[in-house]
Amino acid sequence: MPTEELTYREAIVAALREEMQRDPTTLIMGEDIGASGGPFKTCLGLYEEFGPARVRDTPIAETGFVGAALGLALTGFRPIVEIMFSDFLGVCFDQIVNGIAKHRFMSGGRVKVPLVIRSIGGGGLRFGAQHSQTGESWMLSVPGLKIVCASAPDVAYTMLKAAIRDDNPVLVIEHKALLSTKGDVAIGTEPDGALSGPKILRTGSDATIVASLAMVPRALAAADLLSAGGIEAEVIDIRVLRPMDTRPICKSVRKTHRLVTVEEQAQVGGWGAEVAAQVVHEAFDYLDAPPARVCLPDYPLPYSPVLEDAALPSPEAIAAAVRALM
Amino acid sequence: MASGLQLSRDQLLQAYRQMRLIRDFEETVHEEFSAGAIPGFVHLYAGEEACGVGVCTHLDERDAIASTHRGHGHCIAKGCDIDGMMHEIFGRRAGLCGGKGGSMHIADLSKGMLGANGIVGGGPPLICGAALTAKTLKTGGVAVAFVGDGGSNQGTTLESYNLAKVWNLPAIFVVEDNGYAESTGTKYSVGGSQVQRGQGFGLPAVEVDGSDFFAVYEVAGEAVERARGGGGPTLIHARLLRYYGHFEGDATTYRGPGEVASYKAAKDPLMQFRNRVIEASLLKPDEFDAVDGEVKQTVARTLTQAKAAPMPTEADLLTDVYNRY
Repeated sequence: MPTEELTYREAIVAALREEMQRDPTTLIMGEDIGASGGPFKTCLGLYEEFGPARVRDTPIAETGFVGAALGLALTGFRPIVEIMFSDFLGVCFDQIVNGIAKHRFMSGGRVKVPLVIRSIGGGGLRFGAQHSQTGESWMLSVPGLKIVCASAPDVAYTMLKAAIRDDNPVLVIEHKALLSTKGDVAIGTEPDGALSGPKILRTGSDATIVASLAMVPRALAAADLLSAGGIEAEVIDIRVLRPMDTRPICKSVRKTHRLVTVEEQAQVGGWGAEVAAQVVHEAFDYLDAPPARVCLPDYPLPYSPVLEDAALPSPEAIAAAVRALM
Repeated sequence: MASGLQLSRDQLLQAYRQMRLIRDFEETVHEEFSAGAIPGFVHLYAGEEACGVGVCTHLDERDAIASTHRGHGHCIAKGCDIDGMMHEIFGRRAGLCGGKGGSMHIADLSKGMLGANGIVGGGPPLICGAALTAKTLKTGGVAVAFVGDGGSNQGTTLESYNLAKVWNLPAIFVVEDNGYAESTGTKYSVGGSQVQRGQGFGLPAVEVDGSDFFAVYEVAGEAVERARGGGGPTLIHARLLRYYGHFEGDATTYRGPGEVASYKAAKDPLMQFRNRVIEASLLKPDEFDAVDGEVKQTVARTLTQAKAAPMPTEADLLTDVYNRY
């Protein structure tokens, strides 16, 4: 397969374009995604190629259009909706957790809901408390949903394609601080099995760092810092939060004997707690130290650059958390 | 303008049969619930039959509806199998949803019934999606959201009016105003008027006596014709009364004395239908009596079967969440 260097943003657009070319029942809806290409330009060129019926601007009414996407999915389409900021998942929370996620089960398996919610989240852009959250664990406890997190262009590309082909509702969380990052993407790769869970990005023997979204490159940077001091960290991108497969993480911890999770959200109720619990349950005898979690402080994200930088886990903070376990 | 009195004898009998089926079905569920045979939470449509049937008489297999927590009548009016419904309400494995949905979640996509909904105001956004499908695929189909006066205050409903208007969707919103949002009166809870709300969003909107099949049939006919012809959405505000409480077991202390009895005597939907049709010499009393007898037997047979049917097994619990998961 040809490999191309793309930005994260271009990888999203490429995945959308290819899947919309492949399947005429796909369509995308969201705020300002038509002629203007999306507030983060993640739909650039789609309107020109597919027209207004398949690239549909919506009123600012997340509840209404996310609910409409469920109606589309129940009547034969494979809708994709873009939520401009993950924070706004809160606006349409009911449609997702009480409608989209449960409709199949409540029908006794007689309906399917092939629907993708693309949600652009994350901090670092000084957008303040209502435009900076990832929302990644908000729906962690909702059966019926799949939740994936894109940490790099190739992940964004393959996971979005897989999500669109999936017959279940999939929440794809993208990170706006990553939009301009570049990486090699294997264009045309078949995405089958791409929603398969954690992936080891760097091998190491002394500690396992598990991260999501923009914390993944920071975890990799932390591993560089640690390596300079003689500590070799294994870095895992968790990628799929639901259904969560912790087997590769447990396997890694059996080798490294230490676990640090890194997530861009508050500690209580985050996915790191579930990973730690499962690792303790499955690999207790292999642990040489209690699992550690690196998270945001238990406060909303602030606006001022100095404050926001202090809140977000830095490579140095991640490295320090690992060193504290040695 | 389509007058219901111009319906054929067969169509009139079918409309009456549907209304009678809803009434008997609901009264049976009421008795069984009171006897402790039905678990959970049920909300009955008795008294509102003319609305669901008056609207759905215009619909066919191209069309979709979304219902409310008070969904049995809409299900029957849209053609759902009453055996499957009764089994579902009794939590049986052979229910329309395998016993996993229950009274508030009956869905049957093969009949265009997208689902009853336990979330008040949950249905209208779905109908925008179904209407968008019909419009995009040019099926000629329309999509109807039934919503109560309670649901009319949810943002979902108002957002859906706007979506339907700006996308010019073949959507119809039927506000079934039975006077009470659970136990809270509409005078307290609804600001402005339903018709003006619709008009505020640019929807043609009309108020109708929801106890009168022929009145509902007429306004729904105009709305369906408009929607099928590309003329966009309509709001119908139907005033009616539910004969039972918000839910089974509701003591209805909020009602005025004799409220239901006097309404029944003056406006019962089945009685009105029967009297109007007999007065117009379109059907004879014994033809109605025959339907009543036939429906009674049908519902009794359904009840017997549902009560005798097997429950789901514990193994059924862990299925139907994901496709190929």
